[in-house]
Amino acid sequence: MAHAVIAADTLEEKLTQELGYDDHFHEHHHGDKFQSNFLTTYIFSTDHKIIARQFLITGIFWAFIGAAMSIVFRLQLGFPEADLAWLKPLLGKWIQVNDAGIGKLDPEFYYALVTMHGTILVFFVLTAGLSGTFANLLIPLQIGARDMASPLLNAMSYWFFFLAGVVMFLSLFLSTGPFSGGWTAYPPLSALGQASDGSKAGMTMWIVAMSLFVVSSLLGGINYITTILNLRTKGMTMWRMPLTIWAILITAILGVLSFPVLFSGLLLLVFDRSMGTSFYLSEIIVGGQILDRIGGSPVLYQHLFWFLGHPEVYIIILPAMGIVSEVLSVHARKPIFGYRAMVYSILAIGFLSFIVWAHHMFMSGVNPFISNFFVVFTLIIAVPSAIKVFNWISTVYGSNFRFNSASLFALGFVSMFISGGLTGIFLGNSAIDIQLHDTYFVVAHFHIVMGIAAFFGMFAGVYHWFPKMFSRFMNETLGKIHFWGTLIGAYLIFWPMHYTGMAGVPRRYYAIDNFDSFKHFVSLNQFITIAAIVVFFLQVLFIINFFYSVFSGRKLTVKNPWGSNTLEWTTPIKPGHGNWPGNIPTTQRWAYDYGKGGEEFIAQFVPLKEGEHDHGH
Amino acid sequence: MGAISSPEYSRSKIPPQKLALWVGIASIVMMFGAITSAYVVRRAAGNWFEFKLPDIFFLNTVVILLSSLTLHISYTAFKKGKEQLYKGLLVATFVLGILFVVLQYQGWVAMTVIGATFTINPSSSFVYVISGLHAAHVLGGIAALIVAMIYAFVLPYKPTERRRLRFELVVNYWHFVDVLWLYLIVFFMLQS
Repeated sequence: MAHAVIAADTLEEKLTQELGYDDHFHEHHHGDKFQSNFLTTYIFSTDHKIIARQFLITGIFWAFIGAAMSIVFRLQLGFPEADLAWLKPLLGKWIQVNDAGIGKLDPEFYYALVTMHGTILVFFVLTAGLSGTFANLLIPLQIGARDMASPLLNAMSYWFFFLAGVVMFLSLFLSTGPFSGGWTAYPPLSALGQASDGSKAGMTMWIVAMSLFVVSSLLGGINYITTILNLRTKGMTMWRMPLTIWAILITAILGVLSFPVLFSGLLLLVFDRSMGTSFYLSEIIVGGQILDRIGGSPVLYQHLFWFLGHPEVYIIILPAMGIVSEVLSVHARKPIFGYRAMVYSILAIGFLSFIVWAHHMFMSGVNPFISNFFVVFTLIIAVPSAIKVFNWISTVYGSNFRFNSASLFALGFVSMFISGGLTGIFLGNSAIDIQLHDTYFVVAHFHIVMGIAAFFGMFAGVYHWFPKMFSRFMNETLGKIHFWGTLIGAYLIFWPMHYTGMAGVPRRYYAIDNFDSFKHFVSLNQFITIAAIVVFFLQVLFIINFFYSVFSGRKLTVKNPWGSNTLEWTTPIKPGHGNWPGNIPTTQRWAYDYGKGGEEFIAQFVPLKEGEHDHGH
Repeated sequence: MGAISSPEYSRSKIPPQKLALWVGIASIVMMFGAITSAYVVRRAAGNWFEFKLPDIFFLNTVVILLSSLTLHISYTAFKKGKEQLYKGLLVATFVLGILFVVLQYQGWVAMTVIGATFTINPSSSFVYVISGLHAAHVLGGIAALIVAMIYAFVLPYKPTERRRLRFELVVNYWHFVDVLWLYLIVFFMLQS
């Protein structure tokens, strides 16, 4: 296709042709080579937009599985006397039916469900599903690149993730069950096959799946960093990048620096499991038998795990923060408040995330003096987090806010992040942690601050960029029902858990109704379970809305439906391979000129007027 | 790798492939940083079996340093058009690389001979795992050298910018595994 023959019938196309630059992309016929049939277009594609959709849909699949698991164990927790025999066709031998015909969830399998729920949601949904989707979709589109620096590595990143998912999924069907020692996989439970059924083949497959996952996130992360630093269009300086890109850049750096540490930890675990070494094992008796493993330290594993594990929670939340900043600014029709402060707080959070890991280990026998160090840095994270919250609220304050599914979920994110962040201040104190560790208080804290909040960020992103991904809109009415139901429902699930946690109800227990001190929580527990079931069906509603809209949603008829400044909305309604049919647009200003000089919005490719000051610089 | 960056316009002077390599190297550094930190933490906890590292590991340090030298001269020769020197030293590097892996294996055998077996104590387990992980990265380098040799011997000699960059990436990575081994051997010396 010759690049110069496109008619310049809009200001945007005129500017793109005049100011954009010609990279001779269309003389190479990439599209013919890479997208010649169904397989290369939709399955083994190297196009970043297809890979983004692959990550999203795989993430939706895993979110459904992980959420369904939580409903099964919530049924056990809320209604321990209930008959679960109706689940037998699905769960088979994991439902034990007694002589009276009452079906009970196998306690071993309860632990497996809790473990898999955590692993799936943390890694497969909120890491791969969230970062994978939006990094792939937004990096080339928002920085003005034809594709990723290496489309091949990018596709491999998805396929390693896919393989990891296959291995994890197969482990669900083992006769000894999937791994059941908690998503953190602490030894000795994870190191010794004798320890439990789930620690046998289930754990081996867990390690294989996680190693494949580490490879996937490294390939992805290297690509994201390289693309952002190297392939920005002319004029797209670092200080003109949208906050989504800043957040994804720091997320990728965190991943590249922390996942290898997890890999080291898992490598030592593999040798402990199968080669007889004692990195993590010392003086252990299993089933009355004394093992000859001497000299290891299980706390060593915890250090290695949480050196990944803590940056991991920011790997989850930073992309959501970036999406929320962008979505709020666009729908508030106001520039993001404190753009530079937002960037610096992302950098500060990224840096601090590496020096707080031991706050997960206050009760593991870590020296209390060292704990003080980690308490201080943990509490300091509240400062950049509070700056971000302040800036989001200031962005929305006094604005002519457009209430739609995307912007509502972005607001919901801010609400969740505040509620969950406040309880983090409790948990960051090592003294209060003596009472609160391993209780439902912790469960409530991290589900609100990184589970629900990250999901809200993801939903905001999906509703906002759905038109760019599928050239159609999602149904707004269903979207709003989804939002209000999920917001209220999520609080109804997790708010009561703070009270049970403060009273000392331990997490991960199969049943708590046998303890006299917790008997009065029985009805509260039932309430939580009912709320969880309702919220689960609201997410099914979202999935229905999503797939219905992919095929039959309202069609996108204009390029820039939200009146947004960023470059992704200058691509055609159905962008092909290479994203822009002609020249690549150049960037003339920062991404947040909303309501400036009497104009509703001024897109990034519009040149500065004479004497006009660019906020990004 | 099929990078589709614009040939006329690039953000920085570093090509994307090279930047990607360095980011990858950073993540390998984190992996070894983690595992050697684990070594330090575990050693401080006591019950540590002390043994002398076999001399063969020190000898092998010379081998890998030498391989870096030959590869570097080969790279310079490639740029200056000295085709025979470039090809000869590339093969020499490959042979030295193989020799390094073989000698590492001999080092592990020598360790078991003096009683520092794989499972006797974390002190020796760590040496096997760390040096083994390093050897795996050297094998990755050898794979890259094989690709470089295919380029050298199958394709006609042409010192284009594209091929120079490809070769430079191999050289960079090889120097990295060399420096990584230097770090590890100095680390083991300081710890014993």
